[in-house]
Amino acid sequence: MNALGKALLGFWGSSIGKKLIVAVTGVMLVGFLIAHMVGNLLIFQGRESLNDYGYFLHHFLHGWGIWIFRLGLLGAFALHLVATIALVRENRAARNTRYAYDATVQAPRSSRMMIWSGLTVLGFVIFHLLHFTVRIDPDLAKMKDPMDPSRHDVYGMVIAGFQSPIVVLFYIVAVSFFCTHLNHGISSLFQTLGLRSEKTRWVTGKIGIAVTLILWLGFISIPFLTSVNLLKDEGVPEKSAAHGSAVETISES
Amino acid sequence: MNLTLKVWRQAHATDTGSIQTYDAKDIPEEASFLEMLDIVNERIITDGGDPIHFDHDCREGVCGMCSLTINGVPHSKEKGITTCQVHMRKFRDGDTLWIEPFRARAFPIVKDLMVDRTAFDRIVAAGGYIDVRTGSAPDANSVPIPKQNADASFDAAACIGCGACVASCKNASAMLFVGAKATHLNLLPQGAPEKDKRTLALVRQMDAEGFGNCTNQYECEAVCPAEISADVIAKLNRDYSAAAAREAVAD
Amino acid sequence: MAYDGSTTGSNTDTLDSAIPEGPLPEKWTKYKDNAKLINPANKRKYNIIVVGSGLAGGSAAATLSELGYQVKCFCYQDSPRRAHSIAAQGGINAAKNYRNDGDSVWRLFYDTIKGGDFRSREANVHRLAEVSANIIDQCVAQGVPFAREYGGLLDNRSFGGAQVSRTFYARGQTGQQLLIGAYQALEKEVSKGGVTMYPRTEMLDLVKVDGHAKGIITRDLCTGEIERHAADCVILATGGYGNVFFLSTNAMGCNVMAAFRAHKRGAYMANPCYTQIHPTCIPVSGDYQSKLTLMSESLRNDGRIWAPKSPETAKKIREGKLKAKDIAEEDRDYYLERKYPSFGNLAPRDISSRSAKEACDEGRGVARTGLGVFLDFSDAIARLGEDTIRARYGNLFHMYEKISGDNPYETPMMIYPAVHYTMGGLWVDYNLQSNVKGLHVLGEANFSDHGANRLGASALMQGLADGYFVIPATLPNYLVDQTPGAVTVEAPEFEKAEAEVRERIEKLLSIKGTKSVDSFHRELGLLVWDKCGMARTKEGLQEALERIPEIRKDFWENVRIPGDADGVNMELEKAGRVADFIDFAEVMCHDALNREESCGGHFREEYQFTKDDEAVQSGYTNEGEAKRRDEEFAYVSAWEHAGPGEEPILHKEKLVFEGVKLSVRSYK
Repeated sequence: MNALGKALLGFWGSSIGKKLIVAVTGVMLVGFLIAHMVGNLLIFQGRESLNDYGYFLHHFLHGWGIWIFRLGLLGAFALHLVATIALVRENRAARNTRYAYDATVQAPRSSRMMIWSGLTVLGFVIFHLLHFTVRIDPDLAKMKDPMDPSRHDVYGMVIAGFQSPIVVLFYIVAVSFFCTHLNHGISSLFQTLGLRSEKTRWVTGKIGIAVTLILWLGFISIPFLTSVNLLKDEGVPEKSAAHGSAVETISES
Repeated sequence: MNLTLKVWRQAHATDTGSIQTYDAKDIPEEASFLEMLDIVNERIITDGGDPIHFDHDCREGVCGMCSLTINGVPHSKEKGITTCQVHMRKFRDGDTLWIEPFRARAFPIVKDLMVDRTAFDRIVAAGGYIDVRTGSAPDANSVPIPKQNADASFDAAACIGCGACVASCKNASAMLFVGAKATHLNLLPQGAPEKDKRTLALVRQMDAEGFGNCTNQYECEAVCPAEISADVIAKLNRDYSAAAAREAVAD
Repeated sequence: MAYDGSTTGSNTDTLDSAIPEGPLPEKWTKYKDNAKLINPANKRKYNIIVVGSGLAGGSAAATLSELGYQVKCFCYQDSPRRAHSIAAQGGINAAKNYRNDGDSVWRLFYDTIKGGDFRSREANVHRLAEVSANIIDQCVAQGVPFAREYGGLLDNRSFGGAQVSRTFYARGQTGQQLLIGAYQALEKEVSKGGVTMYPRTEMLDLVKVDGHAKGIITRDLCTGEIERHAADCVILATGGYGNVFFLSTNAMGCNVMAAFRAHKRGAYMANPCYTQIHPTCIPVSGDYQSKLTLMSESLRNDGRIWAPKSPETAKKIREGKLKAKDIAEEDRDYYLERKYPSFGNLAPRDISSRSAKEACDEGRGVARTGLGVFLDFSDAIARLGEDTIRARYGNLFHMYEKISGDNPYETPMMIYPAVHYTMGGLWVDYNLQSNVKGLHVLGEANFSDHGANRLGASALMQGLADGYFVIPATLPNYLVDQTPGAVTVEAPEFEKAEAEVRERIEKLLSIKGTKSVDSFHRELGLLVWDKCGMARTKEGLQEALERIPEIRKDFWENVRIPGDADGVNMELEKAGRVADFIDFAEVMCHDALNREESCGGHFREEYQFTKDDEAVQSGYTNEGEAKRRDEEFAYVSAWEHAGPGEEPILHKEKLVFEGVKLSVRSYK
């Protein structure tokens, strides 16, 4: 094996190497979440914006874009997961006996629940993909944009998807768990990437909390507002519909 | 004062071990924690039993030999001290104290509360030094060191090698110990020539010894008697990434 | 048997100290120029045993391995980094003259000789001063983080007994940082294969073959295994014997066993009566107390030391009926300020310690045990403000509060002297070789450099000088005449020594008495502290010499050691050490009895200045000060073991002073 290969293998084999992989993939996933949230928030601009956005995602780079993106995301997610599992196995082995009297001095609760909050995230992601991406519910799957029946009605699907209080509750709880994972994860990024120091220490923890809080509010707002009927599908205003069909006309000509 | 002790007793390395209960009666409040154990041991010996074995030596907080946990926390919950500096007046009459050895696969138990910490020595042997031959050193003042670097290096060098960081870590990670050693030497101009080699060697030996990984909970920092900051771990991560990258691509 | 204290029956031969010819400042250079050498290819054939891994042992093992020798290094702790050198706080002296304040090798030499009350060997001390500068270079190159100034260069401070600033320091952890430097050098050599480290291993005997030290018998403290180790020479760097007093500032494990085993095998024990008592330690608080904690002497810069004038007041304080602040100014005795108006609270260690003892002996002690005096900061706080005092002594006040539970900002500290360092040790010549050929002794374990009293910041200097620079240069002189590997563990001497070690362990375990090892240690410690501590008298020492054999007899009949020898047994370890302390205490008391003078750490009440002395009448010194008798006692007492229970045989090494003129120390 050449030197580079050896070095890469050594990197993966080392504790810090694997942690760096978790951190870097974590950065990618957080980046995705921020973009995802911003996209989601288009819902507050109305049906047209959100559905435009959805259409864009499915068609940029002639439809290849989303698959390249999804593969990248999947890769990051898988690496994050595999490296974490390897680390957890090593950690369990390193502490093979437990204290009869178990005590914690200062480790935050979120940091001690990473494995559980992480598994919740995994469960949630699967549910979420089935719910809104694969759309196993045929009622959601067949929704069409009333302004442009040739494309999927993301807006209507989201509102309809959050009609069940159980689903909303599940989303809120799961996203909250997700956010405890992010809270520790984001502040840890700085440590693992070597960016935490006496001078930066005060801000790295705060960045974790701030980003988490923004993501939490951003993600929670949609199911919550839907459930209290502040965000609802009010049909298609006349003007927009006309505009919409104009677009369609152009695209068909 | 009277206390109940729940003490881990293990006759030898391969024994399974268990918690045993002892009454510590009429303990003077001025006694130190280890002196309390001395008193209990003296009574055990008089009663024909085998005294509780624990490591200790200087009893002034600097040798790093004392290695037990009090109610699950290495060196007790008091900040910045070792077990030998814990005094009984910090406890209340009637308290039950759980006394256990440092628990980590890399620190096998020798007997009762004594553990084998030679893994730390092997880590230092792997690279925790500056390779200078006696007699070859230039004049001490020939290389000025900015005070700020010297002070930061000192903060890391204050490590007493007790292993409380490992014992407190849920993953039995030695990152604080290794980070402190790397930071101490990597910050000094004298340590610069071997910086990459040292960092890689320290981390590899740490992994080989079976310590866990850091999950950034900073329990180590909270129990460290030398109050070493977990910033040294961030620095180790940084130095390691750079060293690994240079190793992969540079000549 | 009452010993009359005379020196009759002792040998008056002069020991060969092997001091090189020539003027004092040239001796070491000439010695090195003419020293024998071993070529690199042959060095690796030699095996060297180093017992002890502190500053002296650790640095010697590392350096000898660098030179190519095969080294085995032993320590009783779980890691070589834990040796008690680590606890030294203050600093390390070196004649660098970085301060441009007129320091020089000669001045460091002179201060050390004078500080030692003219009872050390000039040639050794001069060599120590010469290599002191190299030590700092070496340590800085190793990464020892000494204190620095803003310009990036090394900082210095002044220390007791010197008028120049020559002390290098690393916060309050100089010993720790220097030891870690030596430890890292040692581990570096372990990784290169030159040193094999044996932690948790205790030396139980020295093996001599044809009169030469050729190996040791050890016990693995984890498995209990008794092992033989053969080598071409043996180096002991096993520290001092302060724990003979039971309570001291030494670590719990510090012991005299290795040195005493060597003594029993023929090595002379030199000046064992020279022990240093440090004045500012935290007083004993009860019978259970296991050790004493030292606080930096710097506290005496701002603290005023006092005891109540009347024993009645002191009694009320002891009983908690009165508090320090209830005592009116006129009822306080600031005894150091009274007796030594010009030095006041900064009087030297031995003077301060003895004065505290006197106050307590008069019933004026204040701690609950009656053994303590006040160190009061209330004047300093009133004058300078609490913040200034906190900035100067915050960490020390914090440490005091942790141990005593009292807040020194509000109530005066209580202090009492404690055993701190031992100047005596195995006799060595200029090569650091004992009278037993092949046995070399370094650091606190030897006697050579500090005379009757050690100056602050000199212990670290000596340990590292011996290990890094002296022994690597002197050892070849012995080795060159030895055939490497000529002696193996199969030699009958090893078999015999091992059998004796096993027999001793079995004997200890078979007693199955009723008293714990610690109880004997405590009893012995109290006795020698009382009779051979800060002040000694002929009667007291004779009494101790009668009592020690009784303690020994009681020990060997009634000690209780639980468990067996197959595995960890800390009581067994302690028992072996205490048995040797008992025997050692006898030599120490014999030495103190023989030395009919007062010098440095050895104060014989019979020998002090009185008002009839000319030096007192002229106002040069005070009544009650230590009185040396240079005509009769300017020699090193080197004691030869004469068999169990027998009075040891005295050998004298006459001290010849070429460089300095002997004078009376004065602190007025």
